[in-house]
Amino acid sequence: MSNVPATKPLTPGSPDEELARGLSLRGAAATMVARVRAGQLGSLPIVVGLVLIWGILQSLNSAFLSSRDLVNLATEMVPVGVIAIGIVLVLLVAEIDLSVGSMSGVASSILGVGLTSRGWSLPVSIVVALAVGVVVGLVYGFAYVRFRVPSFVITLAGLLALLGLQLHILGTGGSINLPFQSGIVQFMQNDFLPPLAAYALAAACSVAFFGSRLGLARRRRRHGLPARGVLAIAVSALVLLVALEAVAWYLNRARGVSMPFVLFVALVIVVDWALKRTKWGRGVYAVGGSVEAARRAGIRVSLTYLSVFVGCSFLAALGGLLAAGRLSAASISSGTGDVNLNAIAAAVIGGTSLFGGRGSAYSALLGILVIESISNGLTLLNLTSAARFMITGLVLFIAVVVDSLAKRSRALHGAA
Amino acid sequence: MPLKTTATRGRPRLRSVLSLHGVSKSFGAVRALNSVNLEVRRGEVTALLGDNGAGKSTLVKVLSGVHPADAGELYFDDERVSITSPAEARELGIATVYQDLALCDNLDVVANLFLGQEHGHLTLAEEQMEGQARELLRQLSAKLPSLRAPVAGLSGGQRQTVAIARALVGDPSVVILDEPTAALGVEQTAEVLNLVEALRDRGLAVLIITHNMADVEAVADRAAVMRLGRDNGVFPIDSTTHEEILAAITGAMENAASTRAARRRSGGTGESST
Ligand SMILES: Nc1ncnc2c1ncn2[C@@H]1O[C@H](COP(=O)(O)OP(=O)(O)OP(=O)(O)O)[C@@H](O)[C@H]1O
Ligand SMILES: [Mg+2]
Repeated sequence: MSNVPATKPLTPGSPDEELARGLSLRGAAATMVARVRAGQLGSLPIVVGLVLIWGILQSLNSAFLSSRDLVNLATEMVPVGVIAIGIVLVLLVAEIDLSVGSMSGVASSILGVGLTSRGWSLPVSIVVALAVGVVVGLVYGFAYVRFRVPSFVITLAGLLALLGLQLHILGTGGSINLPFQSGIVQFMQNDFLPPLAAYALAAACSVAFFGSRLGLARRRRRHGLPARGVLAIAVSALVLLVALEAVAWYLNRARGVSMPFVLFVALVIVVDWALKRTKWGRGVYAVGGSVEAARRAGIRVSLTYLSVFVGCSFLAALGGLLAAGRLSAASISSGTGDVNLNAIAAAVIGGTSLFGGRGSAYSALLGILVIESISNGLTLLNLTSAARFMITGLVLFIAVVVDSLAKRSRALHGAA
Repeated sequence: MPLKTTATRGRPRLRSVLSLHGVSKSFGAVRALNSVNLEVRRGEVTALLGDNGAGKSTLVKVLSGVHPADAGELYFDDERVSITSPAEARELGIATVYQDLALCDNLDVVANLFLGQEHGHLTLAEEQMEGQARELLRQLSAKLPSLRAPVAGLSGGQRQTVAIARALVGDPSVVILDEPTAALGVEQTAEVLNLVEALRDRGLAVLIITHNMADVEAVADRAAVMRLGRDNGVFPIDSTTHEEILAAITGAMENAASTRAARRRSGGTGESST
């Protein structure tokens, strides 16, 4: 932060300078500019990018931002978005899981075979699929912690092994249709919040936001720390309320807010809370920042790695279940194609650094929104998968370059 | 708060809090520590001196649980202990400022200060930690722009201050500083030395590693010298000359460094012992 006088001592009671500046609008803008200059980009590039992409696609085809299309988009992005949350976890400790696509494919096929030829109930099938995800994550984590094999090699091996497992589970048929009345298919295809419930949920979210921020400010004041005033909090809660109600209204013009979308956003919020507000999350960021420093601080680094790999494979399995429900089918092509890369690209495009220690669960939401927007928009323009792949690849490339430039800029500002 | 209780513990000053007997540590074929003895006392600053590669940092890492010792005995408050992990060292009350600081650049000042010993049960008690951090940094007269910006953006001296402040979280009784002034300017060095004195006056035991004899003279009560992985004598600063200490460091009574120092001090007579 180059514009902060470095020599001003911290005195008790005097407001923390940065926070004080952040309280006024102009101060907040100045802080923002300084941050961007110093390479602390956060999710700014992605929000700018999203607005650009939506603008371009909307001008090319007016159907793009229609309620019907956005309703579709909101559900379409859920399976890969859930997988991307797991990718965020591994990226935060500067590792990678290249096998999430195959993992999701295995989960799809377990669900398919379980519900049909095995005759398992839906809960049993789901639990078995998720348990396999946990086991795979444990194997990765153990291999990484014990043998220090780079995670991209372990998970590349895992990709192949899981692909084999998927073929084995599906057997000769290669493709299984899920019973249409099955709960998970109904959930992914027909489960929408009633319009009133959507408005109520939006209101409840803003109230919860207001309450938690108010509690935070009160706790800060109790500890003699500068805090935002009630008015400022009320204003931001109101802005949030208007934004959420607008989204609800717009989606309600078509089929409404889908339950899968609600589940996805809830997952993002829970994972972000766990990362930001728990000791476990603090450990994840610390390991991503400097493994050795984390170890010397007494953090059980091995457990952190293990938990992150398990979390990633678990979420990949969950994503596979949701994908199977969406398609009401499981096949040898489940989880193949662009699932893997889209999940990884979403996390990176959303602003989670490939270099570890920087990012948040929200980047899964933002990133997948960008990827699905492009994919949706280009489909509406009657462009082929060829063009879609190339454009998504280009966007990923830009995101990676922005990430690297931001890292270099942080280094130049002595903030590597 | 870490700083207030130690002086009032009622233990006699100068009591040995941490002592090592015959500690050895090898890295493959390299014998980094060879049967080292050392004593660290409350209310006293012990300087640990030695040439590059003498094994000082390795000794620090043995004491802080980063590299457990291969052989030897450790006593904490006259009780035999073994330190096999950083967490165990912290539980005993041994806090370390590493030569490389060991900060997480992506975390803010508060997160770094409490890393590995965060307050709160399920969720982090951020406000409590931030409040304590402010108080602690105020006591150290630290000059930091913000407690909530990543430490990556801080200057070398500010990072050093954060690393030192972190060692004081959790009420330690022994503070180990591995070359805390190596990267610092004149003013920052003076501040760190002030801090070391403040810690001693509060009754903590301080072990400070440095190559700077001026620092040693300024704050240390005793100088323990290491040479080639062995301990090479302990010298009370008041009654020992520079030359004797230099001789112990280099392992020779007559050598380039000691004769040069002697010549400069006594106007060229070349006398090197008392
Ligand atoms: N992790 C390690 N692996 C292998 N050898 C090591 C390791 N750490 C230290 N050594 C070796 O142990 C010896 C002592 O190193 P140490 O870092 O303790 O020296 P030092 O006294 O701190 O030196 P300096 O003044 O340069 O910091 C050196 O020969 C070094 O090469
Ligand atoms: Mg050293």
